Amino acid sequence: MIRFERVSVTYPDTHRPVLADLSFTISEGELCLLAGGTGAGKSTLLRAVNGLVPHFTGGTLHGRVLVEGRDTRTHPPRELADVVGVVGQDPLNGFVTDTVEEELAYTMEQLAIPAPVMRKRVEETLDLLGIADLRHRPLRTLSGGQQQRVAIGAVLTAHPRILVLDEPTSALDPTAAEDVLAAITRLVHDLGVTALVAEHRLERVVHYADRILFLPGDGTLHDGPPAQILATTPIAPPIVELGRLAGWHPLPLSVRDARRAAGPLRDSLREQASPARATTNGSVAVRARGVVVRYGQLVAVAGVDLDLHAGQVVALMGRNGSGKSSLLWALQGSGPRTAGTVTVAGIDPAAVTPAKARAVVGLVPQTPADLLYHDTVAVECAAADREARRPDGSCAALLATLAEGIEPGQHPRDLSEGQRLALVLAIQLTAAPGVILLDEPTRGLDYTAKHRFAGIVRGMAARGAAVVVATHDVELVATVADRVIFLADGDMVADGPTADVMVASPAFAPQVAKILAPQRWLTVADVAQALRKVPP
Amino acid sequence: MRQLPRVLHPGAWWLWALGLATAASRTTNPIVLTLIAAAAALVVARRRSAAPWALAFRLYVILGAVIIASRLLFRIIFGGGGGAHLLFTLPEVPLPEVAAGIRLFGPVAAEELLAGLYDGLRLATMLVCLGAANALANPKRLLKAVPAALYEAGTAVVVALSVAPQLAESVLRVARARRLRGGAGRGLRALPAILLPVLADALDRSLALAAAMDSRGYARAGATPSRIRAVTGALVVAGLLGVCVGVYGLLDATTPRLIGLPVLAAGLAAAAAGVALGARRVARTRYRPDRWRAAENTVAGCGIGAGALLYLTATVDPAALYPSLYPLAWPQLTVVPTLAALLAAAPAWLAPPPPVERPTTPATVDSRRTAEAVR
Repeated sequence: MIRFERVSVTYPDTHRPVLADLSFTISEGELCLLAGGTGAGKSTLLRAVNGLVPHFTGGTLHGRVLVEGRDTRTHPPRELADVVGVVGQDPLNGFVTDTVEEELAYTMEQLAIPAPVMRKRVEETLDLLGIADLRHRPLRTLSGGQQQRVAIGAVLTAHPRILVLDEPTSALDPTAAEDVLAAITRLVHDLGVTALVAEHRLERVVHYADRILFLPGDGTLHDGPPAQILATTPIAPPIVELGRLAGWHPLPLSVRDARRAAGPLRDSLREQASPARATTNGSVAVRARGVVVRYGQLVAVAGVDLDLHAGQVVALMGRNGSGKSSLLWALQGSGPRTAGTVTVAGIDPAAVTPAKARAVVGLVPQTPADLLYHDTVAVECAAADREARRPDGSCAALLATLAEGIEPGQHPRDLSEGQRLALVLAIQLTAAPGVILLDEPTRGLDYTAKHRFAGIVRGMAARGAAVVVATHDVELVATVADRVIFLADGDMVADGPTADVMVASPAFAPQVAKILAPQRWLTVADVAQALRKVPP
Repeated sequence: MRQLPRVLHPGAWWLWALGLATAASRTTNPIVLTLIAAAAALVVARRRSAAPWALAFRLYVILGAVIIASRLLFRIIFGGGGGAHLLFTLPEVPLPEVAAGIRLFGPVAAEELLAGLYDGLRLATMLVCLGAANALANPKRLLKAVPAALYEAGTAVVVALSVAPQLAESVLRVARARRLRGGAGRGLRALPAILLPVLADALDRSLALAAAMDSRGYARAGATPSRIRAVTGALVVAGLLGVCVGVYGLLDATTPRLIGLPVLAAGLAAAAAGVALGARRVARTRYRPDRWRAAENTVAGCGIGAGALLYLTATVDPAALYPSLYPLAWPQLTVVPTLAALLAAAPAWLAPPPPVERPTTPATVDSRRTAEAVR
């Protein structure tokens, strides 16, 4: 179906090719997982499949990409629309029309498929993806998971033989991600569609994959069955790390396989106490009572009482649209708060000037780039020093502790996701707030960047800050959080130590907890420590 | 006879609304104008859907009221004394010699005020008619009905239309995020802090959209040779230009006769040829195109009929449509304009009702917030 023959891609102004001399074939009906760190060339490879590289992006492509026998050199993306369906990272940006039904029909209209056939395929696709009740809904009003399924449906109606998906679950909560992945596997198994999926959160996808293409980042490619590739890769989901630690062979990829292999491990851990995280030991840094946020008729936060303690990391979880962001913004004082009180360090952050508010509570929003508007990192840092009235160089010094390899002359928009997050975090930390709120910080971060970020968060807490992280990433929560708060429909439905809340929930339990239940282990590092081994 | 709920062809609503607007343009009789506006409002109230654009009608009504109010205000400010029935006198502001002929304030007469009211009411009614069309027909669906030769341009317009709410959303988000950095700087100095992230965001978004459209087959050449496509485009554009010039020539009495009908005919012919040529290349199909059926004829007929009735009355019996101000007289309502207004209101019952939205799951916080903010 897809054949790469000695493909190299070089973008202008770079000295080193993104992909170097790759040759591989993906045959019909394979679900292929494309893994690799940020900047390793995952998107480039995906886009080369339907000719967006180099027709759309520019750059030079050596070698040949054949898709169902069509050469992408002579076929621009639009002429491949009938064989390759591409779903981008942010589905909302790729929508052309404005209602679900029209979006599903759009590709077919371009392909001149007769009207009766179109009608039938739209109905079939609505059912296949379970979105029939959304057919007349405007696309902008859908939740993230629904949008992602519509985006997949919109390319499916053309009956492409190949489906290319770029991080289909990165913005989704675990349950919505399951829905989307289930839809993809169903297509592969029932219709024999060939799927090529790039994903950072391997733990979500790896057990569905037939094969992994791993891009280490030097332009080369490792290609093989998942268990074999993951045995040696530097990035691996927790299940694989646990497998490596316990020396299981072959490496289990699904929780079921791992549980079957984990009997001896559970026995050897039975005598060990799972490590307890810090509980309420610090002083109360934020006291919120009866916080209500409403937008017209919609109640986003329905009267939340909350105490945040210094030195504690709190994870705020809940499905898309459950009020996590609204709560964070209300706590910071910049967002709307319809009722209730918030007291931080003796003041109400909504009642003082923004400059004073950020000196007590710092918030890193979902799109950190919104805060950046200068040409270079150095100017950005200097501006942050002025805004926070700190001595020159404070922000730059902070940034150096959070991330390495950032040149002062770089443009903030040219940084990688992880570096940009570090920059915005440094800017917010320059004001030295005692409370840090992070809204969905790990979106788009690879495992390496995420490990780094987890270290930063623990470091902030160790220095006495109260940290709140709103996230969908259960593995991150397992790694960093002392306490988990679960929101649903604006209400707090669970609040307790991480182990208590996470282990009890089937959807939100981290992989290690699922494998070692009923014992309460959350991360591979904890297990490794208990076994007195160094973590892999 | 109960009609099946369905969406009417947007063209039908537009023809109906233009008919009503034509009718309104032919009269200054406040009773007739009020009837026409009421007819439009009645149809909107009974036949609009729950879609967001349907809410725009209120805006048009408000705008109409503003027009009337400003007309009256102008009459009061710039001399309203031309009439026998003096209502009140405001202290006049003396102006220098240069401004001779202009008077500020002074006596205000009923005739002048009524003239302003009639004039404003006419304009407001026409505006309300257009607003009704906007509320009843999805403006984007009208764009979808453009001939195949204009398809690419139509899509571009649709995309451009959806950019506006996205930009508004970006601006709100970035402005809010700015407070997180202390919100330093006001006015012009704050501009780059908002503008740069918004523009960068818009650029990223457009690139993503362009890539998505490209990979989904937009502007596929198919088997059409590029020369034929160029000819089609040229014919259509030239034809439309011809139509515009021709219509202008027809309506403006001062232009030479030659620019009127002949140019219009030539333009129509060129456009038709282009459209026919474009339709021959079957490189694209339409999903559920709006069809023109009996109900569309009825609705369009009602509007055009109302317009035609008043058009005829204006030539036969102008007194009924232009109530006398000098001497001041009560406006009369005669039979024909009444019939026209009834005809205009008929689609409230004759048009099929809009499809009922099934209850769906509530929208997410983000999208609601956006909708709220954009509104």
